[in-house]
Amino acid sequence: MNRDTRRRILSHVVITLCGMAILVALVPLVLVLFHVISQGISSLNFAFFTEMPRPVGEPGGGMANAIAGSLIVTLLGAVFAIPIGVMSGIYAAEYSGTRIAGAVRFAADTLNGVPSIVIGVFVYTIAVLPFRSFSALAGGLALGIMMIPLIMRTTEELLRLVPPTLREGALALGATRARAVFTVVVPAALPGILTGILLALARIAGETAPLLFTAFNNRFWSTDVTQPISTLTVQVFTYAIAPYEDWHRQAWAGALVLVMMVFICSLLARLATARMERMQRGG
Amino acid sequence: MAPPRLNTRGDEVLFRAGTGTFALLLIAIVGAIALALYEGSRLSIQAFGWQFWRTDTWDPVVGQFGARPFIWGTLYSSILALIISTPVALGIAIYISELAPEALRRPLVFVTELLAAIPSIVYGLWGIFVLVPFVRGLQVATPEWLRGVPLFEGPPLGVGMLSAALILSIMVIPFSSSVAREVLKAVPQSQREGAYALGATRWEAIRMALFYARTGIVGAVMLGFGRALGETMAVTMVIGNSPNISLSLYAPQYTMAAVLANEFAEATDDLYLNALVEIGLVLFAITLVINVISRTFIWSMDRQRRPRLVRTAAMRAGA
Repeated sequence: MNRDTRRRILSHVVITLCGMAILVALVPLVLVLFHVISQGISSLNFAFFTEMPRPVGEPGGGMANAIAGSLIVTLLGAVFAIPIGVMSGIYAAEYSGTRIAGAVRFAADTLNGVPSIVIGVFVYTIAVLPFRSFSALAGGLALGIMMIPLIMRTTEELLRLVPPTLREGALALGATRARAVFTVVVPAALPGILTGILLALARIAGETAPLLFTAFNNRFWSTDVTQPISTLTVQVFTYAIAPYEDWHRQAWAGALVLVMMVFICSLLARLATARMERMQRGG
Repeated sequence: MAPPRLNTRGDEVLFRAGTGTFALLLIAIVGAIALALYEGSRLSIQAFGWQFWRTDTWDPVVGQFGARPFIWGTLYSSILALIISTPVALGIAIYISELAPEALRRPLVFVTELLAAIPSIVYGLWGIFVLVPFVRGLQVATPEWLRGVPLFEGPPLGVGMLSAALILSIMVIPFSSSVAREVLKAVPQSQREGAYALGATRWEAIRMALFYARTGIVGAVMLGFGRALGETMAVTMVIGNSPNISLSLYAPQYTMAAVLANEFAEATDDLYLNALVEIGLVLFAITLVINVISRTFIWSMDRQRRPRLVRTAAMRAGA
């Protein structure tokens, strides 16, 4: 009996510890969100979105150029990543058993695990060094490479979820494989593929490391993709490690904008998933 | 039975070649990364060989490059982060998959996902202005008798190994806990029922499930390790960026990823650049090996009842 009591107590202790682990993880989450929101809101104003950075010592100004730059670089990344990710996902789902499909999966998983800073180094050697200039294009390439694996994997998984009867119906009507895939299977999986793209966007929206020496930075307004460009994340980094009070405020405001952007992408992804699930249940 | 083929062969060939080209492009990118990093570090490999990883002097002015402090900092910070985060991550995984009432499960999963969604740069910013001052306070309050211990030596700077390890562990928790959770989900219910039938307490039944899932759990922890090794911004902002090899948690140190972030854009001469690319090459190689091993471990759980479920979760977590 004594031994059983001890076993029961141990069981309760461990269960309590597991519950406490949740609290331990909640503390930093709450603290980070609290500081980002409270510091960010007090520094965030209209000028942040519309004005250019001011020189040191002159308070005020905003990050208009960095926000535009982030959008441009992200867009370039998406344009590069979506075709490769979606098409190779289609290939892996359609020719599932082939050696190339296995190799693509391995490549995507490998790419997914490569540290983002290493992707930056890679892009520097192939897209910055040969042209002797940092550029928005190089930054987009780096972000695009990071997006590919997630898009490829979700596309593949979701194409497989499409009921085989849909495809068989198309084939029975005399459609070729390509036609069946592009007019029936892919449209059926579209919300899911969109989820993959949104998740990939959420992942790269906050990326800084691969942009440091590809897109680099630019104090001026620039939309030229062959020139260095300012991005929100790199700007937050620059401001955060600088010794000026006013820049720190701006960095917090930038962080708040970043967090909101990431959350919006995740939220949209969630909505797309919900739609997909409803569709599957409804048939 | 294959459907009757009314289609032309040409259409099929075009489809396969078209999608296949993109597939090959994806494979080529990974190959190109390895190749470009190797090519880009050739000068440094020729000049220093293995000495590169055995010497401590990093002096771009005289062209002397030794990367030992960086590899030390990377390994030490990641191992510390693992020590801090593993119990918490496992606790969360166990709580969500084994203990939490159904209604609480989704919100808790959401919380861990939120933790993973916050960008590294935001953790870094928070680290500089909130965590580092807090850690400095801890250091100032260190009792005299503890200061003689090598782990707690050095002046109270705030920035340093302890801050880096703490921020890394916060960032790693969601990754290992979400994979561990899915791995636990893949354990057949009969394992737990069997344990209960033999009179096990709740913890004893959980222990059975943990034992059953041990390979996958090791994989989940290793996955977190791989993440920690390559983590850049947050670490760069709080570790102090000073190439020391020290056991002290209070000492400012440096990591491979951090030296790349700080010095790459300024590297002017070829040898300097090559030395930095070589650090990237080795970071690539280490994370590759760790990820392949952890994936193998995690996916070995797939052979059990729930195919692909674990795999999808692992993918989302970045395996």
